[in-house]
Amino acid sequence: MEVALRMSEFPLLSLIIWLPVAGSVILLALPRNDRLIRWFSLIVALADFVVALPLFSRFDKSFAGMQFVEYHPWIKSWGISYFLGVDGISVLFILLSALITILCILISWEAITEKVKEFHIALLLTSAAMMGVFCSLDLFLFYLFWEAMLIPMYLIIGIWGGPGRLYATIKFFLYTLVGSVLMLVGIIFLYLKAGTFNILEIMKLGLPYHFQFWLFWAFFAAFAVKVPMWPVHTWLPDAHTEAPTAGSVILAGILIKMGAYGFLRFSLSFFPVAAKAMMFPMLMLSVIAIIYGGIICLAQDDLKRLIAYSSVSHMGFVTLGIFSFNGNAMEGAILQMINHGVVTGALFMCVGVVYERTHTRAIKDYGGLATVMPIYAAFFMVFTLASIGLPGTNGFIGEFLILLGTFASKKWAAAFAATGVIIGAGYMLWLYQRVFCQEVNPKVAGLPDVKMREAIALIPMLILVLWIGCYPTPFLGFMHESVRALLEHVHGVTAPAAPISEILKEGLHVVLPS
Amino acid sequence: MWSSLPSFVAVYPETILVVVASAFVLLDRVIRNKDVFTWATLVTVGVTLVVVLATAGTGFGDAYAADQYGLFFKAIFLLVLFLATLISPGYGRVVGIHFGEYYGLMLYAAAGMMLMASAKDLILLYLGLEVMSLSVYVLVGLIYKDIRSLEGAMKYFLLGSFASAFLLLAITYIYGLTSSVKIETISHYIVEHGLLTNKALLFAIALFVVAFGFKVALVPFHMWAPDAYEGAPTSITAFMSVGPKAAGFAAMGRVFLIALGAAKLGWEHFFIPLAIVTLFVGTALTVVQTNIKRMLAYSSVAHAGYAMLGIIAGTKEGMAATMMYLFIYAFMNIGAFGVIILLRRKDFLGESIFDFQGLSKTHPTAALLMLLFMFSLAGIPPTAGFIGKFFVFRAAFEAGHPLLVICAVLASCIAAYPYLRVVMLMYMKPPEQEVTLNLTGYLFVSLAISLAGVLVFGVWPGPLIDFARSCCAGFLP
Repeated sequence: MEVALRMSEFPLLSLIIWLPVAGSVILLALPRNDRLIRWFSLIVALADFVVALPLFSRFDKSFAGMQFVEYHPWIKSWGISYFLGVDGISVLFILLSALITILCILISWEAITEKVKEFHIALLLTSAAMMGVFCSLDLFLFYLFWEAMLIPMYLIIGIWGGPGRLYATIKFFLYTLVGSVLMLVGIIFLYLKAGTFNILEIMKLGLPYHFQFWLFWAFFAAFAVKVPMWPVHTWLPDAHTEAPTAGSVILAGILIKMGAYGFLRFSLSFFPVAAKAMMFPMLMLSVIAIIYGGIICLAQDDLKRLIAYSSVSHMGFVTLGIFSFNGNAMEGAILQMINHGVVTGALFMCVGVVYERTHTRAIKDYGGLATVMPIYAAFFMVFTLASIGLPGTNGFIGEFLILLGTFASKKWAAAFAATGVIIGAGYMLWLYQRVFCQEVNPKVAGLPDVKMREAIALIPMLILVLWIGCYPTPFLGFMHESVRALLEHVHGVTAPAAPISEILKEGLHVVLPS
Repeated sequence: MWSSLPSFVAVYPETILVVVASAFVLLDRVIRNKDVFTWATLVTVGVTLVVVLATAGTGFGDAYAADQYGLFFKAIFLLVLFLATLISPGYGRVVGIHFGEYYGLMLYAAAGMMLMASAKDLILLYLGLEVMSLSVYVLVGLIYKDIRSLEGAMKYFLLGSFASAFLLLAITYIYGLTSSVKIETISHYIVEHGLLTNKALLFAIALFVVAFGFKVALVPFHMWAPDAYEGAPTSITAFMSVGPKAAGFAAMGRVFLIALGAAKLGWEHFFIPLAIVTLFVGTALTVVQTNIKRMLAYSSVAHAGYAMLGIIAGTKEGMAATMMYLFIYAFMNIGAFGVIILLRRKDFLGESIFDFQGLSKTHPTAALLMLLFMFSLAGIPPTAGFIGKFFVFRAAFEAGHPLLVICAVLASCIAAYPYLRVVMLMYMKPPEQEVTLNLTGYLFVSLAISLAGVLVFGVWPGPLIDFARSCCAGFLP
């Protein structure tokens, strides 16, 4: 796969990544004045978003290659370079990350009262590392950001989380670490084969199938845990539930997108033969995630846990779209990643809003909130409908494109996945009914409605929901060329010659030489 | 043999250390202000480093070589000595070991390590090993009022003597087979006389494996490590967890890669299972420790397993990886011990991991430092620990040991847990007791250097990699 480059004269991507890092270093030196720290972090996050805006306006949508590219040799002895660039697949995530960072600071304004300085440092560092992941065009650099992100995230969940945070955060860390180190072995292998960490060079490598097969699964380990795909999703409900609101929003909004992004950027372009050969198991796992995640949601009695499990289901749609190898489905998958970030992020924020007031997440402690907090109920309604995928909201566009594309390539998968939409409507509406309708629960009587600060955090999400829902063309336009090029690459390879049993046998011989 | 007096240039650095050390021992009675010894040690390290960089060439009929290979290891030893000296005074005053002999013995030990790194002759290597070991045995037992210190020293001494005996026996066998103790001559002899399949040689190799396995604490020869590490004065634990280990690897490089390396003897088949067992048992035992010194002792067992990967690779790249790993390990491990020492006061041991509980609340800077050292030990980027691990993994993979690498990365996941637990206690639990820090200027400098090492080599390892590679370039053909 040949990828064209368009160099950037101004180090825009570096600025976007390192501005939050610089901000957190300054935070370290600031006095422990909570107000000052909050405002300073907010300004840094806002500045970062403003700096990132040119990506939106100056991005050339008719160009399939990498744009805003920066290249500097870094560790010459190992052929590692500081190599950044974005294409249609990654550009939107950087904007989303920058936006979500701002909203996270707003939403934690009153929720975080302890170790405020450390919290904002961790938040800004997480944000920087995530944007680094989406920009990196060097595998080593990518891995560095990918892993470095674990440290602040570990702290965010573990320090400011709920009662079960210690268990949740260690589980999160170890799950991700196990996946990542297997990818590391794959990275070392690729490096020794290609002699470089340059992602664009590795894309041209064209390894034989029996290598691609093993590497595909090594990278799968890392990405599947992050997505999370069934059956390695079990860290997600714990982490999402126990994390502070900002942590849940980051997890849902951006962090789990890194896995799906990894599939698109690495699994498909490095190992197209294996990816195509593994289409069936991947679709199977996606369908299981969609249906299983949905059914599990029906049984939840915890607000955050329910939304967390709904993420499993929604991310199942994303992986379904990716592994359908169809243009519509893939664009739908990328859009659905953005959608899910917006909608689930917003839902977690909404839960955070009431949690701050009641300090309970149990669904049975709520009821009749629509009478008590009408504006809040309206916000929640829109996000619920978007999560279900009602036409006119962004959820519809994403899921529709995915199902359309999947139907064209694998009808059975689309048919099963469509039932997931129905289950989704079931659990979300039921949740809405239990929380907002019915009798007013005495525990929530007299709660104040959303404050200005909370509304400011929710309104951008609301706008995005309706904007993408009614007029998705500007967003889809970003990814069009890049997706086309990627699919051409995947479809351009010949089918594998060897059956899987032979590859497994060969692998066994490597393990047991005698 | 020699027409004139032999040239002593190659051993100038060791000579300086031994002379200064002897002077310390004699002057201890005269000098009341013991900080003089600390300063003198630091200056000696600086001078020795300059001399090490300036000297080159061989001496004593090619038995001793001040070559590039030795240079890198000597740099590690001097770094370790420097950092360990800096963390000593504050702690030494508390436990009553702040006197001249303490520093003298550390200098002797360093001289012994340097002998090991440069010896091209098995007898000289043994000599260096003994000089180092005997000094460290004494250092471990230096707090003679503490039963743990004595117990640790006794165990270390007994098992260490066993290991030395194994080494001597191995040397005897090799001498009997090849009639030489010169490392290069042995290598040639084995190839030329077709000793590849000789059973006695195989036995000698096994003996070497056991002897060095003891010295670098590979499982199952690690039994002395936890007790010795726990009992020893903490500053000495920091010193001996890196220094003698690095010296052991230096000697292993000479013995296995050169003397037994040319002839593809297959000694790596001894080491591969040992390394895998070391990695998993070392990490598994780290998980269950609640004494932080013991925990770091077991973690150092596991780290020896990672460093073994480079030796098993048996290539220039592998040796460079091991060397760099040890170099980086010095920063992060002594840094971690530095924080432990920071907590130690007269009436407070600060050795249980629960003493760290809530440290981020009471002493955020100390907690942040410990956090960085812990993540570096766990091998999480962007710290130097990741770079070190990456290098050894890469070298072992390149040399054709993919399974070993997979085992190692999986072990590193388990190994992350104990470090995470320390971070968890510091950051996610409320403080239970008042902890005041025993911060001295020396310790501050030591922690600053360790921190700089962990962060700088984490993001800018290029020069260090090049240096390690250039030091190995002439070592192997």
